[in-house]
Amino acid sequence: MKSNAARPFYMIPYYLWIAFFVIAPIVLIGYYSFFDLEGKFTLGNYQNFFSSVYLELTLSSFWYAFLITLFSILIAYPTAYWLTKTKHKQLWLLLIIIPSWINLLLKTYAFIGIFGLNGPANKLMSALGIGKQQILFTDFSFIFVSVYIFIPFMILPIFNSLDRLNPALIDASRDLGASSWMTFRKVIFPLAINGVKSGIQAVFIPALSLFVITRLIAGNKVITLGTAIEQQFLVTQNWGMGSTIAVFLILFMFIIMMATGQKDKGGAANGKIK
Amino acid sequence: MGKLSKPARVYLAFVFFVLYAPIFYLIFYSFNSGGTMSSFEGFTWEHYAAVFNDTRLIIILLNTIIVALLSSLISTAIGVLGAIGIVFLRNRKMRNAVLSLNNILIVSPDVIIGASFLILFTMVGVKLGFASVLISHIAFSIPIVVIMVLPKLQEMSFSLIDAAADLGASKRDILTRVIIPYIKPGIFAGFFLALTYSLDDFAVTFFVTGNGFSTLSVEIYSMARAGITLTINALSALIFIVTLGLVVGYYFFNQRARTIGTGGQ
Repeated sequence: MKSNAARPFYMIPYYLWIAFFVIAPIVLIGYYSFFDLEGKFTLGNYQNFFSSVYLELTLSSFWYAFLITLFSILIAYPTAYWLTKTKHKQLWLLLIIIPSWINLLLKTYAFIGIFGLNGPANKLMSALGIGKQQILFTDFSFIFVSVYIFIPFMILPIFNSLDRLNPALIDASRDLGASSWMTFRKVIFPLAINGVKSGIQAVFIPALSLFVITRLIAGNKVITLGTAIEQQFLVTQNWGMGSTIAVFLILFMFIIMMATGQKDKGGAANGKIK
Repeated sequence: MGKLSKPARVYLAFVFFVLYAPIFYLIFYSFNSGGTMSSFEGFTWEHYAAVFNDTRLIIILLNTIIVALLSSLISTAIGVLGAIGIVFLRNRKMRNAVLSLNNILIVSPDVIIGASFLILFTMVGVKLGFASVLISHIAFSIPIVVIMVLPKLQEMSFSLIDAAADLGASKRDILTRVIIPYIKPGIFAGFFLALTYSLDDFAVTFFVTGNGFSTLSVEIYSMARAGITLTINALSALIFIVTLGLVVGYYFFNQRARTIGTGGQ
């Protein structure tokens, strides 16, 4: 095509964007991770990261992210499955997605009220005879609110992959005498696994890097990698250490993406069955 | 398609209840004349009045809207041109490389984007405030616009362009009269998405905003850290209505995009 002969000038802003806001920031994070508070070159940040404090923090961050992802899958999968069976499924799906468009801070703020000492959660507990509990600022409230925030991001990809399943495959499995559980385990789940993988990507990585919910709901008791980065950058002003943690977060991100990566061909073929 | 069993209905109803309860809980207490979110004393508009009487809050609201509109307009322009360029890239490897770079900001955690932009602005010497916030919002919206526009472009038949060229259209004509009208639904969807991303963003803004400049989410964060004020509730009710409007608008364009898309095949 002739239009390709000259280097398209209109790509310049886009390429500039890639250079300045995609490549440069990553390079800068890597660069800054080698400097200490006084601006001297050092490997100390990396040494620090492998000290017990940061390792513990990383492990606990992973543990929380794991729990959040697990509970999200457990709640989202049946929801997505049954949603595909409803009559106006696209409309119901839209209704599931709407809450995810509401500002994260507002939803988190709502839970300060709900889980507060005189909030409805405690009123319910009192009515049930359990009595008032400190719910806010606990692990439970942190995981609950995080799962609440992430649920739509887990439902959406699972819904899409379940919705693309060819119903004939399920009928075939039934005709061949498989029970519903067997059909689910051997046919539905393996074929829709890509949705779960995308869901894990959409939940696990953000869960590692949360800092809003930890600050507002967990009362600084839970520290994730995200909280630590925010702390180093904006409170301690130790950009070097913050960058080092960020480097590891980026590494973890890539590992997770690789682990849950999908072969494009398989996914596309799955989509074309319909 | 069989009807849903009873447990399935109960389960779905429960999920919907949990998803919406906190939002309506917030809105409900925005009308509470008592100052708390735990006991409803009487109906009042005073918290809404407080929102509109608070000049500082109004300025922050205007800032937020200006940043959102400007950033989504600029990012849509850059993103659309970028997407067109990507489609015309003949080298497959190059195209995949550009696409991977495009998606990095979408999958990166906000904290990383915020921290790295903070370093970038400080190094280049951009003063933290309106400019740094606006530039960051443009930066993280561009890949979303590209993602929304690309499928429309890929759907488009290249013979349309060849036909236009054969009929003597200049490159500019091809762009403005053939390509842009065809991918319009994608452009609008990208614009709406960029708008909501900008309105919604907290983490990135939190990193790159200085002392003098604030957006609504940053302001809500500092208010929420100080404790419960029903002004936030009134504000959230207003935001909920605006968001709902945007979602409906986005859905509308997306639906139209879909029908046009299938019609073209």
